Amino acid sequence: MTTQKHNDTDRSAVMIRIEELVPQARFSLRVRSERARVLSESLGLALPVRIGSVERKGEVEALCLGPDEWCVLAPDKRRDALIEASRAAYAKIPHAFCDVSDREVVLRLSGPEALTALTTGIARDIESMEVGSAARTAFDTATVILWRDDENSFRMDVWRSFLPHVRALLDLAQAEFAAGL
Amino acid sequence: MLLIHCPYCEETLPEAEFAYAGEAHIDRPADPSALSDEEWRDYLFIRSNVKGPHFERWRHVHGCARFFNAVRDTVSDKFMTTYKAGDPRPDLTAEEAAQ
Repeated sequence: MTTQKHNDTDRSAVMIRIEELVPQARFSLRVRSERARVLSESLGLALPVRIGSVERKGEVEALCLGPDEWCVLAPDKRRDALIEASRAAYAKIPHAFCDVSDREVVLRLSGPEALTALTTGIARDIESMEVGSAARTAFDTATVILWRDDENSFRMDVWRSFLPHVRALLDLAQAEFAAGL
Repeated sequence: MLLIHCPYCEETLPEAEFAYAGEAHIDRPADPSALSDEEWRDYLFIRSNVKGPHFERWRHVHGCARFFNAVRDTVSDKFMTTYKAGDPRPDLTAEEAAQ
């Protein structure tokens, strides 16, 4: 005997929604921590200091990945201006500011079971992540960056070549939710 | 799964994010060409292989990507402490007393 309904075809879509986001400009910034503040002023960014914290200034988002490493996200129209600012600052403040926009594909996972679906591949305690923070972690051996935008809304940056693998696991989780497992 | 405290992220995170990187506190000889074959062999391959607290390097490869040092008890597989690369060996008397 079961009390489960089997006619609920929209169930998986309600429990978890997975979509690919429109690409935007993405930069990898490496600079010694003692020069980060000066550089952030000349680039017009807000660079957080604590690993895993995200700062937003206007439309530009910066995530601290390591003591000397940041991930910078910006709308496409800001790309050239940022590169130009980096070039201008380079002589005084040595740093690396690389356009890696094409490296990753961004997935948006949302819905009440988004967190559970992520736990199929991520060993880290996602539940304890603060809303608005982010972390570089591993999804079943693939390096990903996980952003917690809301209680039940995540962004996951997956390297392009790992995407089929990650997507297959997430689709499997979605299918299991749909089956009521 | 082991939980490892990353001294850079200041968080305790699952082992899956980390990679082991051999024994710690082994300095590269300043002038390798001055070494005899035996000394060079010892530098490259000969490790202490201790039973008990082992000083070793780990890398938070799926995270901040930093190398750091850890002291792990090779008998119990418990991490006694972790510290940043470049820091001196920690004093273990407090940890040993606690065990």
